[in-house]
Amino acid sequence: MRTDDLIDQLAADPRAIPAGAVQRRFLGLAVAAALAALVMVLAWLGTRQDLAQAMTGRMFWMKATYTGLLGLAGFWALERLARPEGVPKKALLFGALVLALFVGLGFGQWLAADWAHRRSMMMGGSWKVCFRYILTLALPGLAATLVVLRGMAPTRPALTGFAAGAFAGGVAATVYGLHCGESTMVFVGTWYTLGVLGTGVLGAVIGKWALRW
Amino acid sequence: MTETEAALKALMLLGLDGDAPAYRLLLSQLGGRLRVYFERRMRDAPGDVEDLVQETLMAVHTRRATYDRAQPFTPWAFALARYKLIDHWRRRKVRAAVPIDDYVEVLAAYAPEPGSAMDLDRALDTLPERQRELVRAVKIEGLSLAEAGDRTGVSEGAAKVALHRALKSLGERMRGRADG
Repeated sequence: MRTDDLIDQLAADPRAIPAGAVQRRFLGLAVAAALAALVMVLAWLGTRQDLAQAMTGRMFWMKATYTGLLGLAGFWALERLARPEGVPKKALLFGALVLALFVGLGFGQWLAADWAHRRSMMMGGSWKVCFRYILTLALPGLAATLVVLRGMAPTRPALTGFAAGAFAGGVAATVYGLHCGESTMVFVGTWYTLGVLGTGVLGAVIGKWALRW
Repeated sequence: MTETEAALKALMLLGLDGDAPAYRLLLSQLGGRLRVYFERRMRDAPGDVEDLVQETLMAVHTRRATYDRAQPFTPWAFALARYKLIDHWRRRKVRAAVPIDDYVEVLAAYAPEPGSAMDLDRALDTLPERQRELVRAVKIEGLSLAEAGDRTGVSEGAAKVALHRALKSLGERMRGRADG
């Protein structure tokens, strides 16, 4: 085809693109990912017995804030990485700071605690399943995010996949708080963090070949 | 440059709002720039230039939602072009390979003379045993004078003097051979 013909074809009827289209897509994805995770919690894992009471406590909201901020860092990084010339530095730095702060506080508390309590603080009653559940709850959101990204213009596939995983993982971990009754910072700092980062690594591995266009 | 950036960006913003004539003008102006960009970088495959121009224009069109209206237009468009160029190289498996024939003379200039290591060995063999040990220990293995002295059973000072003599006579011998 001649280039002029192609241009005629492309310019024949350009659909208007609203400002902020990228942010809107990712916001929609966040809502969809949260709904998917919520359905899975309700239908499969069930909410924690003391949910109503827990929601009046501080720890429930600290957990949600931490994982929510990790998801927000992923969102912010994606908003940059979806563009061909986007630089995600600030977003990644923000995510690393949130993570370092929460994990640092958690381990500080843990080290200050009595020897006898340390094991139960770290392992809780659900350390074996925490990583797996968060990863599973994040899968629909991760898949949808990768599909949407394929229609955008990421030029760093592995890093973009990682950000997609952190985004979906952060959302899923926040919803997982409705099921999980663990209430120490060191547990959340360890196992929730691993769940979110694990989803990020999975996203990077898939993204490396799926995010080419 | 800044003038064309301003003009192209204005056309892009109009295009994003659905203005077909402005969008058409943008694509054809950008197409010309892309052609120059790819021609400069693909002298080895001029036949593929037009393909890449078209692929990039299509990417500009289908992915135009990823353009941030607050940012300049040219870096966005050429980031797409760069991605397409790298993708093209990857598919062709052209990893900036250059035929080695072009560099034979340059490489030859840096290659050590084939006999030089052998010559050094032969010259070393003509030295007395203790001096030979010292030269090997200090100059080839990189030991300190004190360590080399320990090994050959002399003091650091004696090792220094002996090494100096050894190098001097080695030098004379190598030079003599080159002259002859």
